Amino acid sequence: MFDLFKFFGKGESKSKDIAKERLKLVLIHDRANISPRYLDMIKDDVIKVISSYMEIDEKGMDIRLSRIPQKDDTYSTALVANIPIKKVKNLGPNKG
Amino acid sequence: MGEVIVITSGKGGVGKTTTTANIGTALALAGKRVVLVDADIGLRNLDVVMGLENRIVYDLVDVVEKVCRLKQALIRDKRFESLYLLPAAQTKDKNAVSPQQMQELCEQLKEEFDFVLIDCPAGIEQGFKNAIAGADKAAVVTVPEVSAVRDADRIIGLLSANDIDESKLIINRLRIDMVKRGDMMDIDDTLDILGIDLLGVVPDDERVVISTNRGEPAVTDDNSLAGQAYRNIARRLMGENIPIMDMETDEGFLAKIKRFFNANRKRA
Repeated sequence: MFDLFKFFGKGESKSKDIAKERLKLVLIHDRANISPRYLDMIKDDVIKVISSYMEIDEKGMDIRLSRIPQKDDTYSTALVANIPIKKVKNLGPNKG
Repeated sequence: MGEVIVITSGKGGVGKTTTTANIGTALALAGKRVVLVDADIGLRNLDVVMGLENRIVYDLVDVVEKVCRLKQALIRDKRFESLYLLPAAQTKDKNAVSPQQMQELCEQLKEEFDFVLIDCPAGIEQGFKNAIAGADKAAVVTVPEVSAVRDADRIIGLLSANDIDESKLIINRLRIDMVKRGDMMDIDDTLDILGIDLLGVVPDDERVVISTNRGEPAVTDDNSLAGQAYRNIARRLMGENIPIMDMETDEGFLAKIKRFFNANRKRA
């Protein structure tokens, strides 16, 4: 399809911006060293912390790095965790 | 007591050897006593870039194995006062030298020279470990492309893991025309990603190829923009505060007109 925006040079990301965003994400993984294992470590710790407050579905849990599109056409990198809750523990009256 | 600087990059082909030859020559031209050490054993190239390939008798491995004395293996560059080359061995492999031996060699060279520049092989294996073993600081060379920047990041991490905390970046072969179009990462983009200090920026310059063809470092060419960039890097290494040069000043008249028309065409 004819892309009007592209024709006028708008809406098309500059290739250097794409390079930069791709590099940033790949370096997050590189710097974390063996990234799947690193993510597993984070996952285990998150389970530990949350488990003292609520019962969670460990099998259904998903934690990953992802790129979140921003309003200005750039991306930011985020650690996204999806943690299904089975039951909230009754810790008695709130101390807060 | 001099200092040992390793010129490294991770990725091959980004210009480590050319950078070593040019910074070394520029330092020597400024009156410093300089030795260039080719640590790329088995793939020696610094000799041919410097135009000294016909003068090799002994090499780095001969020195380490005590076949000859250090002084016998050093090739004096007759064109530049106080510039020497210690060539790599071509017929041995990287395991012919150990990090311990390289460290001792660097200690010895530091006694005699103001600057010991080590041309590191590509990769992160034994050759890299040898090359950085005796280094006080590092110059990490990259080009503004994803593969080279990624490898530079890895190298910066490995250098700091080996207690070389002073790593500075040289951005090589920057193309101003592409940066202007938004098709090449600029200086700030690259520094933002790698998070280390800048030692210098060398513009892409065909005169570097021409001078290397002749075996003469580009710093001796007054018309070379890259040569000027290398001279600036040398002065920064000597402790002077030299700003990054404006690479647009030398844009030709024709190129300016062309750019003017191109810009207008886009707007229309």
